[in-house]
Amino acid sequence: MKSSVTSSKNNQKRIKLLYLAGALFFIAAAFSGICLGSTRLTIAELSEAFAKGFETPAGRIFLYVRLPRTAACLVCGGALAVSGAVIQCVLANRLASPSVIGVNAGAGLAVTLCTAFGIYGGFRLSAAAFIGAFLAVLCVSLASRGLGASRGTVILLGVALNSFLNAISDAIVTLIPEVGVMSSDFRVGEFSSVTYKKLIPAAVIVILSLAVLATLTSELDVLTLGEESASGLGMNTRAARIVFLLIASLLAGSAVSVAGLLSFVGLIVPHAVRRVSGSRSSGLIGLCALFGGGFVCLCDTAARTLFAPYEVPVGIIMAFLGAPFFVFILAKGKGGHSDA
Amino acid sequence: MLELENISAGYKNKRVLEGVSLNFPKGKLTAVIGANGSGKSTLLKAIVGIIPRESGRILADGSDLSALSRRETARRIAYLPQGRSVPDMTVGQLVLHGRFPHLSYPRRYREADRRIAAEAMERMGMLGYADRPLASLSGGMKQNAYIAMALAQDAEYILLDEPTTYLDISHQLGLMRTLRGLADGGKGVIAVLHDLPLAFSYSDLTAVIDGGRAVMSGSPLEVCRSGIISRVFGAELVYDEARGQFGYAYPPV
Repeated sequence: MKSSVTSSKNNQKRIKLLYLAGALFFIAAAFSGICLGSTRLTIAELSEAFAKGFETPAGRIFLYVRLPRTAACLVCGGALAVSGAVIQCVLANRLASPSVIGVNAGAGLAVTLCTAFGIYGGFRLSAAAFIGAFLAVLCVSLASRGLGASRGTVILLGVALNSFLNAISDAIVTLIPEVGVMSSDFRVGEFSSVTYKKLIPAAVIVILSLAVLATLTSELDVLTLGEESASGLGMNTRAARIVFLLIASLLAGSAVSVAGLLSFVGLIVPHAVRRVSGSRSSGLIGLCALFGGGFVCLCDTAARTLFAPYEVPVGIIMAFLGAPFFVFILAKGKGGHSDA
Repeated sequence: MLELENISAGYKNKRVLEGVSLNFPKGKLTAVIGANGSGKSTLLKAIVGIIPRESGRILADGSDLSALSRRETARRIAYLPQGRSVPDMTVGQLVLHGRFPHLSYPRRYREADRRIAAEAMERMGMLGYADRPLASLSGGMKQNAYIAMALAQDAEYILLDEPTTYLDISHQLGLMRTLRGLADGGKGVIAVLHDLPLAFSYSDLTAVIDGGRAVMSGSPLEVCRSGIISRVFGAELVYDEARGQFGYAYPPV
């Protein structure tokens, strides 16, 4: 019995170290996002800006350009990574992510409709994105349960829904050319048009959703045992699924309302984190938030600086970095197992 | 005693169980047998509330289960379904989830829960495998891990749906000895079994389900000698008095 207790403590120690590494990565990414860009901001300039109430040129760059953009990267990256981890647990499918099964597309369609009606930010935009995301994930979940779909079929259902929702968005943009939101930048995801008006409601929703989710990690773990085993342990699995899909939709919808259709982060970050932390939700959720936010922030910094004075949408950088990295972690883990 | 009184239950457009009345005592291993599609698995699901009951009532030590919440039911009755996915977690994590019904929101496992889970693993000989991923274990070991989870659940009754499926004969015998031991230790063990000689040789009581009805319940010898086995299964079961064991009487080839 002593060995079991010791190994449990070792696991806890490992998760704590991973949290420390994640926090350092998150802070370093935030720092690079603030300081690097077409104009470099030094510590001295930032200190002076703080002292003078942001009335210096560096202060204005910090307050009106770098801060909202960096915060948006951290919030949206963390939100999408956690949303992906939750959806993967609920659908019992590692290939599921907000961009694959139509959740982002649902949110994107809602944002397009909002823009067509002249809503460009605020809680109404975030709420609409959430509703679009939730309806999409609910469609996939209900259809897969109704059809008794296998894990592979769930993904195919999601891909079909994704195409369908994007086609509706395309039709709206074609018929109402003033709806510029579905530009190519929005499609691949970008942060150049972030405003506090868009960011603050989304950030509030993301933080509240993460706080609620942090209290439900045991439920998320039990749900992965399967419907009947979880029911046998006294869980109301139907209600639990709906709650988790609501939270995942709030996270993904908020991120899409700010950053557009960012892909990859909701798929690769949960995979990469699981490789090192195991599948236990108490570690997985927090680490996904830290590494997801940091990853998107670093990619955005690279998108702004690599081809300066030109800027490429962050989604392109993420795909360039993310795809090889994804193949690398899959190849490295071949023959092994993902839990420890 | 787990008492089923006139239970009817089924799925959306199909009633499977019709007025089933059975008693499952504590300290006994009861084998639930029946042909494919007779309603054995549905019976277990109806007991734990996975399938809603259309009529009748179930009493667990005198308490009506319909008056209890899912968590309260899970604290009294552990249920191990047949078709289980293999979750991406270690044996230790799985067994700890047996404590889930004993926690209230926000559910955080306490030191006492970890101790109970470790005791359950020790009892099932799984303590040395606590850090092993479930996916890396053999079928028999996985079954032991799930039974350890049920033990950690600390319920008076344990329901198992075809626990010997996919196990080789050596693991089947090992599992039946384990279930026998749990019953001897005071638990009410109810197992749906397909292998009749195995079920009759190890159980204290045998309940026969046919067409959604409980057609007979009694000691293995009573059920064997009643002739109901040949009517329900179209096969002959014989009792070898010298060896005290049951076996099929195979027709000449």
